[in-house]
Amino acid sequence: MSADAMAVPNVRVEGRPWVEILHEWVTTVDHKRLGILYILYALIFLVIGGLEATIIRIQLMRPHNDFVSPQVFNRMFTMHGTTMIFFVAVPVLFGFANYLVPLMIGARDMAFPRLNAFAFWLTALGGLLLYFSFLGGNGLYGAGNAPDVGWWAYSPLTARAFAPGHSSDYWTIAVLVAGFGTIGAAINLIATILCMRCPGMHLGRMPLLAWLNLVMSGMVLIAITPLSAAQIMLLIDRYLGGHFFDTQAGGSASLWMHFFWIFGHPEVYILIIPCFAFMSEIVPVFSRKPIFGYPVMVGATVCIAFVSMSVWAHHMFTIGMSSYANSFFTITSMVVGIPTGIKIFNWLGTMWGGKIQFKTPMLFCIGFLFQFLIAGLTGIMLASAPFDWQLSLSYFVVAHFHYVIVGGILFALFAAFYYWYPKITGRMLSESLGKLHFWLFVIGFHMTFDVMHIPGLLGMPRRIYTYEPGRGWDTMNLIITIGAFIQGVAVLVFVWNLVVSYWKGDKAGNDPWDAWTLEWSVSSPPPAYNFASIPTVASRRPLWDLKHPEDPDSHYE
Amino acid sequence: MAETKKISNGDPMQMQCTEHANKMSLLQMVMVVFSSAATAVAAPAPPMSPTNIFAPVSTPAKSIFDLSLFVLAITAVIFAVVFTLLIYSIVKFRATSGDAGREPPQVYGSNQIELAWTVVPVLVVVVLFLATARVIHAVQDAPKPATAVEVTAIGHQFWWEFRYPKLGIVTANELHIPVSDPARPTPTFLKLLSADTDHSFWVPQLAGKTDLIPNRVNEMWMDPNRTGVFLGQCAQYCGTQHAKMLLRVSVDSRDDFDAWVRAQQQPAAQDETVTAGRRIFETTACINCHMISGTAADGRFGPDLTHLMSRQTIASGAAENTTENLRLWVQNPDAIKPGSLMPAMKLNDADLDALVRYLGTLR
Amino acid sequence: MSAITTPLPATPEAWTLPYRGKVGMTCLIIAESAIFTIFVVAYLFYVGKSLTGPTPREVLEVPIFFTICLLSSSLTIHFAGKFLERDKRGAFLAFWLLTIVLGGLFLFGTGREWHRLIYEHGLTISTNLFGTTYYSLVGLHAFHVTAGLVMLCIVLIFGLAGRVGPDQSRRVEVLSLYWHFVDGVWVVVFTVVYVLGR
Repeated sequence: MSADAMAVPNVRVEGRPWVEILHEWVTTVDHKRLGILYILYALIFLVIGGLEATIIRIQLMRPHNDFVSPQVFNRMFTMHGTTMIFFVAVPVLFGFANYLVPLMIGARDMAFPRLNAFAFWLTALGGLLLYFSFLGGNGLYGAGNAPDVGWWAYSPLTARAFAPGHSSDYWTIAVLVAGFGTIGAAINLIATILCMRCPGMHLGRMPLLAWLNLVMSGMVLIAITPLSAAQIMLLIDRYLGGHFFDTQAGGSASLWMHFFWIFGHPEVYILIIPCFAFMSEIVPVFSRKPIFGYPVMVGATVCIAFVSMSVWAHHMFTIGMSSYANSFFTITSMVVGIPTGIKIFNWLGTMWGGKIQFKTPMLFCIGFLFQFLIAGLTGIMLASAPFDWQLSLSYFVVAHFHYVIVGGILFALFAAFYYWYPKITGRMLSESLGKLHFWLFVIGFHMTFDVMHIPGLLGMPRRIYTYEPGRGWDTMNLIITIGAFIQGVAVLVFVWNLVVSYWKGDKAGNDPWDAWTLEWSVSSPPPAYNFASIPTVASRRPLWDLKHPEDPDSHYE
Repeated sequence: MAETKKISNGDPMQMQCTEHANKMSLLQMVMVVFSSAATAVAAPAPPMSPTNIFAPVSTPAKSIFDLSLFVLAITAVIFAVVFTLLIYSIVKFRATSGDAGREPPQVYGSNQIELAWTVVPVLVVVVLFLATARVIHAVQDAPKPATAVEVTAIGHQFWWEFRYPKLGIVTANELHIPVSDPARPTPTFLKLLSADTDHSFWVPQLAGKTDLIPNRVNEMWMDPNRTGVFLGQCAQYCGTQHAKMLLRVSVDSRDDFDAWVRAQQQPAAQDETVTAGRRIFETTACINCHMISGTAADGRFGPDLTHLMSRQTIASGAAENTTENLRLWVQNPDAIKPGSLMPAMKLNDADLDALVRYLGTLR
Repeated sequence: MSAITTPLPATPEAWTLPYRGKVGMTCLIIAESAIFTIFVVAYLFYVGKSLTGPTPREVLEVPIFFTICLLSSSLTIHFAGKFLERDKRGAFLAFWLLTIVLGGLFLFGTGREWHRLIYEHGLTISTNLFGTTYYSLVGLHAFHVTAGLVMLCIVLIFGLAGRVGPDQSRRVEVLSLYWHFVDGVWVVVFTVVYVLGR
C-alpha cells in the first residue's frame, strides 16, 4: 500500500482549478484540514502580534521616545495581548488538538465535524472583527479605533464615560464570539475523547495528549464562560444603560476584576496544559523511554485544573482585599505550583537513564524545561502577596508571564511543529534551519526576558508608553528591544523553514521518529479516513508492542 | 504497576546514583553568586535607581524586602538543584553513535521517588506560606497610632489629589510627610479613593503599592526613617496618560514638615502687581476646574493651585515647574502631556503672560 | 522501522462508549451553568446595594402559576420521550405540543410581568442595580427558554410530518436534556430572585 495511492487529493495534484481547492478548504469538516486552518490562522496572527510587540519595544527603547503617540502605544499593547492570547495561543493549540486527537485515539474524525468547522469560523470571525476596529472604529471626534483599554479591559475604564466610541465594543464582541468558538471546540474534544476511542483504549491507555486535552477542554467549559458572561454584562452596561460595573450607580469595579480573573487564571493553565501534552509525547520518544509516572501525570493535571480555579485573586493582591483573602490566595497559588513542579520532575525522570537524541523537537523541549522551571519560580515569588505588592503591575510580572508564554508555551509549540510537521505534510523540516532557529531564539529570548525582570525590580510599572530617565531603566530597555529583534529574526527563519520544507524537505515516511502512538502507523499525510480499519490496542504504546513483540508494554501495564 | 522496569537489550538493571559531591559544591557556588547578585541589586538608591524595591526606607517596604530575600533564597536553592539535575541528565544520558537500534531500560515510574518529590515541595510551600502570612498581617492589620498623619489621596485621570483633613490642607501630586523616628513613631496613614477609574499608588522605597478604586476605600501606611525625596508613579493603567501620573514624596524633618504645613494653610498670596492676571484667571474657564483659596475659583476637577509654586513639578511630574513650562502647559497641554484632560486655553500672548505672572506668585 | 501497519484487530469484548450527543449536550449544559452562575453571583452581590429606585420587595410578585407551568413541562417532555421510545407517536406529539404550550405560557407570564414592572413601577434595566441584575438574569433565562422552544417547534414540525420515530429517540432525549436544564436554571433563578433577594 503506497502512501501516495492512499493520499487524499491535495494541492500537489496537478490540474485542479484553484477555486475548487479553495472551496474544498472553506467548506471542509475534516478534522485534519480544520487543524491546519487553525494553525495557519494562528501563525498569521503570531506575526501580526509580533509586529505590535516590535512597535512597543521600539517606543520603549529609550526614555521619552516619540516613535508612536501614547494613544497608538496603548492600542498596541491592548491588541498585542488580545491577539496573542485569543487569536494565536488558543487557535494553534486547538489546531493541534483537532489534528492529533482523532488520530491518536484511533478515530476517523471528531465527534461533531460540522461543529468543528463552525467553531473554527467563529474564532476566525472574532479575529477579523477585532482587527476591523483599526478601520471601522473611527467614529465622531476620532473616538473609536483599535481598543486601547488593555487586554484585561478593567472597568470603569471600559464604561461609556471613559471609553467613548466603539473601540471597546470591538474588543468585547470579537473576544465574545471567539470565546463561543472555543467552547464549541472544547465540547467537541470532550465528546470525541469520551465517545470515539478505538477498542481496547480505555482511559488509562490513552496517550497523554488526549488526557491533557480532555482536562483542558473541561476547564474551557467553566473558565471561558465567566468571561463571556462578564462581556455580556459589559455590553448591557454600554448599550442598554446597565450598571453592572457603573461605580457612579453603586456598581463595583472589582466585580469585573473578579470575573475576569476567574477566567484569566484558568485560561493560562488552559494554554499550558496542551503544551505539557506536547512535552509528554515528545520527550519520551527522544529519550527512548516511556513517560515516567503516567498515572501521576494525569492526576497532577487534574489537580492543577481544580486548584487553578481557586487562585484567581493573586492578580488582585493590590486592590485592597482583607488580609484573610490575601492569605487564602497566597496559599492556593503556592499549592498549584506543587503538581506543576512534579511534572517537571516526571519529564526529568523520563530523560534519566535514557538515550537522548538532540533533534530539533527535543532541543525545544529542553529549553522548555529550563525556562518553565524559572517561570514557575518567579511565579512563586509573585504568589507571596507582600512581595507581589512590590512586583505586581511592574515589568517583573511582564517578564514572568512572557517567560511562561514564550519560554514555555511557544517553545513547546515549536517542538510540536518540528515533531508533527512530517506527519501533517509528509516532509521533514530542515534540521539545520531548525537548529539555527532554536539557538537564535534562545539567545533573543533570554536577552529580552531575563533582563526584563530587572526594570521591574527597579520600579518600572507596566502599560506606560514612556518613562523618566535616571531611574536605572534605560539600558535594560535597550537590551530588551535588541533581544526582541533577534527573536523576530528567529521566527522568520522558522516560517522560512515551514515554507521551504513543504516543497524541498526530505520525504518523511510514516514514522520518521520511531515513535509509539497511533498517528505514526498511518501514512504522512494521513488519508482522509485516517485508518483503513479501526485499530485495537492493548497498551499505552501500541506501536512499541508491534515493534517489540518479545517485550510489549501490555505485559507491564 | 508503576515500578516495573523492562529490559530490552540484556543490560542489567541500573539504579542511577546522584553524584552528591559535585552537586554540593555547585550548590555552594550558586549560593555565593546569588547572594552577591542580591547585594548588588539591593544597594541603596542612587546610584542604582530611586525606585529600587530592594532599598526600603520604611517599615512596610522593609518587611517586604526581608520576606523577599527569604523567598529568593528558597527559590534559588530549588533552581540550583533542578538545574543541576537537568544539566546532568542531558550530558550523562546523551545517545551516542554506538547506541543505534538499542533501547535503554524502559522504566515506567517509581512510587518512592514520586512520593519524595511530592512531599518536599509541600513542605517548602508550608514554610513559605507561614512566612508570608506573618508579613501580610503585620502590614495590613497594623493599628493606627494617635500620632499618625492622615492623608486622603484621590486618584484622577491623570493627577493625584492629596487632602490632609485634620490640617485643612489640599495639594496635588507632591506629597509631604514627616520622617518617623522609631522611638516616637509618626507614620503617615493614607486613605485611597478615586474620582474616575482605577489607579495605583506606588513609591517602591516607601511601601508596596495599593490601588485606588472608585466606590471603594483602601488604606495604606508608611513610616520613612530618613528624610529625602522619593519617587514613584501610578501603576494601574488608567488611560492615555497613565505613564505620566508621577509621584513625588518629600519626607521632611519634623520642623520642615510643620513649616510646610503652616505655609500650605495660608490662603493664596495676594500680590497687587498681578491683579490683571488674576482677573484673567477668574473670568475664564479656569475656575471651573481649579481651586485657589480666597478667589472665586472653586473647581474640583483639576488640581488645587493655591500653592502651585511650592511644587517642584507640574502636570503630575511631567515637567519642571518653571515659567516657560507653565506657559506652555496653559497654552498647549498636549505638547507636554498629550491626551491629558486639561484643555488648551487659547489665550492671546498678552493675557497668557499676565496669567503666568499671576500663577508665579502662588507660593 | 517506518513501515508499520495499524495494529491488528484482536477480538475485543464488547466496546461501548457513551453516546456522543448526550456527552456533548452535558458539556454545553456545564458551560451554560457557568454563565448563569456568574449572573447569579452578580445578582446576589448587588442585593440591597441599589442607590435609588424600586426595591424587589416593593415591586416583585412571585410567579407561582407560571413556574408550575414551566416545571410541569419537564414532566410532559419526559413522558413524550417515553412514548416515542415505545413508538406511540400520537401520544408523543400530544405531550410534545403540551410542553411547547407550557413553555410558551411561561414566556407569556414573564412578558406580562415585565410589562407591569416597566409601565407601572418604572423599573427598567437602567433604573438601578436591581433593575440591571434582574432583567439580565431573568432575561438570560427567558432567552434560553425561547431558544429551546424554537428547537421544540422544529421537532414538532418534523413530528407532524411523520419523520420522528423511535430511531430518533436518542436525539430527542438530548433535546429534553436541554429542556430539563432550562427548568433547573429556573428553580435557581426563582430561589435567588423571588425568595432570597426579597
